[in-house]
Amino acid sequence: MKRDIILAGVGGQGILSIAAVIGMAAVESGLYLKQAEVHGMSQRGGAVQSHLRISDKPISSDLIPEGNCNMILSVEPMEALRYLPFLTSDGWVVTSCNTFRNIDGYPPEEALFDEIKKVKNHIIIDASEIAKELGSLKVSNMVMLGAASAQLGLSMEGLYDALGVLFGRKGDEVIQLNVSAMQAGKNAVGFD
Amino acid sequence: MSKLVLLGDEAIAQGALDAGISGVYAYPGTPSTEITEFIQRSSEARERGVHTDWSVNEKTAMEAALGMSYAGKRALACMKHVGLNVAADAFVNAGMTGVNGGLVVVVADDPSMHSSQNEQDSRFYGRFAMIPVLEPSNQQEAYDLTRYGFELSEKFSLPVMLRITTRLAHSRSAVEKSELLAENKLCLPSDPNQFILLPSLARKRYKLLLSTQEKLEKDGEKSGVNRMEKGADLNRGVIACGLAYNYYREVAEEAQMDYPVLKISQYPVSPRVLNDFIRKVEEVVVLEEGYPVLEESLTGVLKNNYTIRGRLDGTLPRDGELNPGLVRKAFGLQIEDTRPIPDIVKTRPPALCKGCSHIDMYNALNEALREYGPGRVFSDIGCYTLGAFPPYNAINSCVDMGASVTMAKGASDAGMHPSIAVIGDSTFTHSGMTGLLDTVVEETPVTIIISDNSTTGMTGGQKSHATNRLVEICRGIGVEQEHLRVMNPLRKHHEENTKIIADELAYKGVSVIIAQRECIQTARKSVKSKAKSQKS
Repeated sequence: MKRDIILAGVGGQGILSIAAVIGMAAVESGLYLKQAEVHGMSQRGGAVQSHLRISDKPISSDLIPEGNCNMILSVEPMEALRYLPFLTSDGWVVTSCNTFRNIDGYPPEEALFDEIKKVKNHIIIDASEIAKELGSLKVSNMVMLGAASAQLGLSMEGLYDALGVLFGRKGDEVIQLNVSAMQAGKNAVGFD
Repeated sequence: MSKLVLLGDEAIAQGALDAGISGVYAYPGTPSTEITEFIQRSSEARERGVHTDWSVNEKTAMEAALGMSYAGKRALACMKHVGLNVAADAFVNAGMTGVNGGLVVVVADDPSMHSSQNEQDSRFYGRFAMIPVLEPSNQQEAYDLTRYGFELSEKFSLPVMLRITTRLAHSRSAVEKSELLAENKLCLPSDPNQFILLPSLARKRYKLLLSTQEKLEKDGEKSGVNRMEKGADLNRGVIACGLAYNYYREVAEEAQMDYPVLKISQYPVSPRVLNDFIRKVEEVVVLEEGYPVLEESLTGVLKNNYTIRGRLDGTLPRDGELNPGLVRKAFGLQIEDTRPIPDIVKTRPPALCKGCSHIDMYNALNEALREYGPGRVFSDIGCYTLGAFPPYNAINSCVDMGASVTMAKGASDAGMHPSIAVIGDSTFTHSGMTGLLDTVVEETPVTIIISDNSTTGMTGGQKSHATNRLVEICRGIGVEQEHLRVMNPLRKHHEENTKIIADELAYKGVSVIIAQRECIQTARKSVKSKAKSQKS
């Protein structure tokens, strides 16, 4: 079992929380993990990414080699495209359709979706809409994690447990909201 | 024992705690910040009474750590690579004094300059100070070598540098802990002259340091930190330093290469070990993160018959951090066709946050400067450096911590008026205060804007030693009361603030304007934690 995943987004959108949940679920199920993050200057509204590698064998490199990534999981559609050189030919792009516009010359939405659709295996989800229905825009990231869950090679129970441990201090209400967000994301894709 | 999932930085912190440190000393700096933050959050550190407060800069941190070592206890000092420039005087001379309690200096380099102004390689500093350098290749080694660093430090009575780079600092993996070592007891150095570097005594210390070098090389041969890994294909040998080892292993497994490998994580490296290795193979590829330090020592200036490949002969790029793709190319392997980044994707550089006080300060400054023209604003290191980008285009320099004040002085001395410095509160107490005294003593016409957001913002909101002290500090240094102005950088005060700046630009003496409003990020956090504490 081996999964190389790039998490993508804009600083402050919560991709490190997604990484933490997947990472903990992987380690708890006895897998090896390496997860490279971006801290510092880029976190100020810049493009951020995390290379997340899980495997049943020891992992050498903290960075995913180009052309080796099984999935780009993005919380922003333009950011999903930034890491295409890393994707394997049969890799997945799972992204929200919700644009984050803090730069001049941001491309038209339709052009972005056209590019994403050129990748055979793609999932585009309106994470904000689903999160809003659940009562908090903040859980959009967990909606996206739910949408990607079928491709992770990890059990849903494992992911929920990890979420419970990581968000434990925030109380049951917050945990339940995030679990619901993951379920809703999963249901939106329509996989079992 | 269950495994912990830790950043490289956190593995170092845990390793230092378990090695029995009594204190950590540091100034925040990406990518080293999380080491100290981890120890600050640790309940174990709190219970033990381990010192964890931030220092005002890297020099004071390094010196305090040396003082703790003098008193017999183990201390950790942490900084980013350019922070070592600030601490260099203390660092190099700590090699001369040696240590009493174990002293490990963690220096986090930033190849590719993700959050820095250069990519200097701290291993040079280690060699310069003639002390051992350890360079872990993964998170477990970061934990283990921190611990080994303290052992080595006490064995040879020398400070030990632990060198990491951004990629290891900010990458997570599982780490297994070892048993906890007890802290040292207070205990003075056995030689009362050890720390007195008067010339006559320093000459003795230097001879001692020189005579230790061979012992350090011998230790590196025996410690097992550096190791030879056999390979069947002797057409090449690979010398892999620190993190670069991982990239080789990744590529070698995929491409089924089987070259002998010399894995280096401890310096100085014994020349005997290097010679033995090189003689066994047809040519050598040196993989190292940062400068070609080891490669250069192998190639030298005299041509010999050995082929040494690496960053110097173009096998690898001379600059930037390594990655699996670059290492693939170095071994002549084909890169598979990959999808290009679509043309419509735009770069998304970091930017000042919406509502940031620096924005309103720059808007007022830009307006006040309109009549003088561009090119007069010396800035410094912090979030406000982002004022270099549109729409502000507000600054003309960013060199090193504190340089805004002194560069403005030099330009003023050259006849430029007005000459302006823009510096953050934490950067001002880090290295700006001494420069301010220079301007006060000479009554140099400069306008110094301290953009005071009451935190160390860029590194994530650490405590600023300047908070609530700036007016008194500036008065104490000798800034005149009527030219020490305080303003609130909010859009609604724009006209008033522009006038304050304009008035001080016209003044031919030292002016300090404190633009005071809390960082929008830390303000949000404190509102949240207040709401939480009211709830519970």
